[in-house]
Amino acid sequence: MDLSITVLVVDDFATMRRIVKNILRQLGFENIIEADDGTTALDALKKNKIDLIVSDWNMPKMTGLELLKTVRASDEYKDVPFLMVTAETQKQNVLDAVQAGVSNYVVKPFTAEQISDKLQKIYG
Amino acid sequence: MDVALINPFINATIKVLETMAQAEAEAGKPYLKKDNIAKGDVSGLIGITGETNGTISVTFDSGSILKIVSKMFGEEVTNLNSEVADAGGELTNMISGQARRNLEEEGKVFEAAIPSVVTGTNHQITHITEGPIIAIPFHTEGGSFTIEICLES
Repeated sequence: MDLSITVLVVDDFATMRRIVKNILRQLGFENIIEADDGTTALDALKKNKIDLIVSDWNMPKMTGLELLKTVRASDEYKDVPFLMVTAETQKQNVLDAVQAGVSNYVVKPFTAEQISDKLQKIYG
Repeated sequence: MDVALINPFINATIKVLETMAQAEAEAGKPYLKKDNIAKGDVSGLIGITGETNGTISVTFDSGSILKIVSKMFGEEVTNLNSEVADAGGELTNMISGQARRNLEEEGKVFEAAIPSVVTGTNHQITHITEGPIIAIPFHTEGGSFTIEICLES
């Protein structure tokens, strides 16, 4: 796993962005950008070369699922790995995310080891 | 209210705090709450719909939330600032999510809204339905917090 990649962390709660960022830093990632919902995430994608998106599901304005669908439908970002971090675990939600092309899925509450494990699976 | 709906929230609370903050939470005896004054300084409130409709709140006293957030952030937090309030909302979201996961395994499917946060001494908690309010007190290393569950009968 290349730790020099740029990661976009998307969550409407600053606390969760901080926790996810702390975990990513613990894992060795140094280039981390934040966005507080799907629309600002799209702005960040336009302005930066993002290599990995770690996004919450349940956000106002644009949900994580809508962001995922928009990313997968775009020419520029469609191949960017997308890790969904969420409290939503209803089977239909998981199916919707898989159908929309999510790379992997972490359920809250989570540990650093679980995030690491999911990223290892994404990057093989 | 179906009391079988209570245990998943107790178990979810213990698991969320253990996983996110390495904090042990001990549940006290549930009781029927008669007023809408919060038993603490920071409350997260979230609406749920599905099997039945209602609201869940988690109210932390300053000692408990500061200790929990300090552990979540990996550094000591001493002021009840917006980040701490934010954390109260996110913990409520996670407890709701974990409990709904447990309930779904029993065939009871719920959906949740986005949590809101209220802060301040003696603030009020407004549950959206008129069912009974079941309160469950918890004790942690730093202080106490209370979960309130208010669901339509």
